[in-house]
Amino acid sequence: MSLVAKIRWAVIVGFLSFLELICRAGWVDGISLSPPTQIFLTALSILGTAEFYRDAGLTFSTVAGSIFAAVIFGFLMGMGLHRFPLVRRFLDPFLASYYSIPTFVFYPFFIVLFGLNRFPLMAIGFIFAVVAMAINTLSGLQRVPRVLMRSARVMRLSRWQTIRLVIMPSAAPYLFTGLKLSIVYSFIGVIAGEFILSGAGLGFQIAFSYNAFETSKMYGLMAILLTVVGSINLYIYAIERRIYSRRGGR
Amino acid sequence: MSVHASTSPQTDDALPAWAFGLFLVSLALAWLGASALVGPQVLPGPIETFDRLWVMLSTERFEQHAWETFRAFIVALMIAVLLGIVLGVTLGAHRLSGDVAEPMLVALYSIPKVTLYPIILLLFGLGLSAKVAFGVIHGIIPICIFTMAAVRAVPRRYVRAAQAMRLSPREMFWKIYLPACIPEVFSGLRVGFSLTLLGTIIGEMFASQRGIGHLLHQAMENNNLLDITAMVLLLVTLAASVGFALLTIDRRLAARAPSA
Repeated sequence: MSLVAKIRWAVIVGFLSFLELICRAGWVDGISLSPPTQIFLTALSILGTAEFYRDAGLTFSTVAGSIFAAVIFGFLMGMGLHRFPLVRRFLDPFLASYYSIPTFVFYPFFIVLFGLNRFPLMAIGFIFAVVAMAINTLSGLQRVPRVLMRSARVMRLSRWQTIRLVIMPSAAPYLFTGLKLSIVYSFIGVIAGEFILSGAGLGFQIAFSYNAFETSKMYGLMAILLTVVGSINLYIYAIERRIYSRRGGR
Repeated sequence: MSVHASTSPQTDDALPAWAFGLFLVSLALAWLGASALVGPQVLPGPIETFDRLWVMLSTERFEQHAWETFRAFIVALMIAVLLGIVLGVTLGAHRLSGDVAEPMLVALYSIPKVTLYPIILLLFGLGLSAKVAFGVIHGIIPICIFTMAAVRAVPRRYVRAAQAMRLSPREMFWKIYLPACIPEVFSGLRVGFSLTLLGTIIGEMFASQRGIGHLLHQAMENNNLLDITAMVLLLVTLAASVGFALLTIDRRLAARAPSA
């Protein structure tokens, strides 16, 4: 383990012990904060209940649908914007300020459109995530070095070969960033939606245990959720690293 | 890792105003069409919405709510910008702490912060401070990450030249680091601006009895689509105009920056 990783772990462990200390010493009351060890134990016990798997199944399948749709449509949107620069220039200010709109206020529209089921939540995750994917796809396509495109022309690559061998590898870092953001934003959108508006799913359970003063259950659920999102992102990060290292240093 | 890449690297010349007018008109027409397609109960059309917005804006009650949101937002933005830049510069200048902190910052950025709202409420209670805290936690991390990346990307040869000229640390900051970082930091501010506004409004939805977020929440509970559309229109217009201004400055800065 490198020095950096060691320090990082030390910081995390130190922070957790600090939380543990202030909880155990009674400096903050038990309703506000649970000690990390107790959160961990509660998280384990939550993982043993059937109720958790029902809610988790709902949430994760909704998020998965949202990610899938957002990545595909976002990619297509990014390509479209790249293809038609005039449209992009008109849309730029809107894209730049897109994330200041709390998208889940559109929930009522989606309920009227789709009915009272999981689709409105999926739609919220989708509209929250799709723009991040589109913006990153666009950046990736725009930053393909002109030299590479010219070399492709010189080597008389076909359109498909150019896309596969030149554009995609060159845009890959941006596409990965888009993918990671889509995952995160889909989670945020769906969970925020459940949190405020829905009657099922992990977001709802967190809100419910908060309202019921079940602090350690609330923190336990949050810990599980954050672990899942974190591990997915770490996994993608690892894949990304492997691709770059195979390509030779970046 | 870049959190949000800016949308266009090359600098375009400004579009003529009539083209933008035409674009806005076509947007309104598309809205009208969509509204006619799904029915005005689902998506209120532009004319009703502007009408409603006009009525809303002229009531005193709405003015108070809007003022409340504005105040919370400005405070949150100031805290997020100051803290974010200070933290970013520190982490960027000190290699080791930057390496330690970066993955942690990215991880923090990627968690759904809405779920943290019980913690914020417990720490700050209901009211202004909770809203501000909510805005700050949304906005500070991108500002910090962008600033850190900017400080790190300052070309080594500038620093070496400065060392050769024996600049003091203070001169180093004002004459080398700051000018070299401004374009990137500004992009961070742009993203931070959006997210702080989002955070403040989300904070108001849960943690407040006042503000535009609260009104939105109320309209959502009552399924009042006309009110929602009107407020969303207001927010979109404000955010897009500020976004447009910031983007213009951003481009100018990027064009002025030496290509490293």
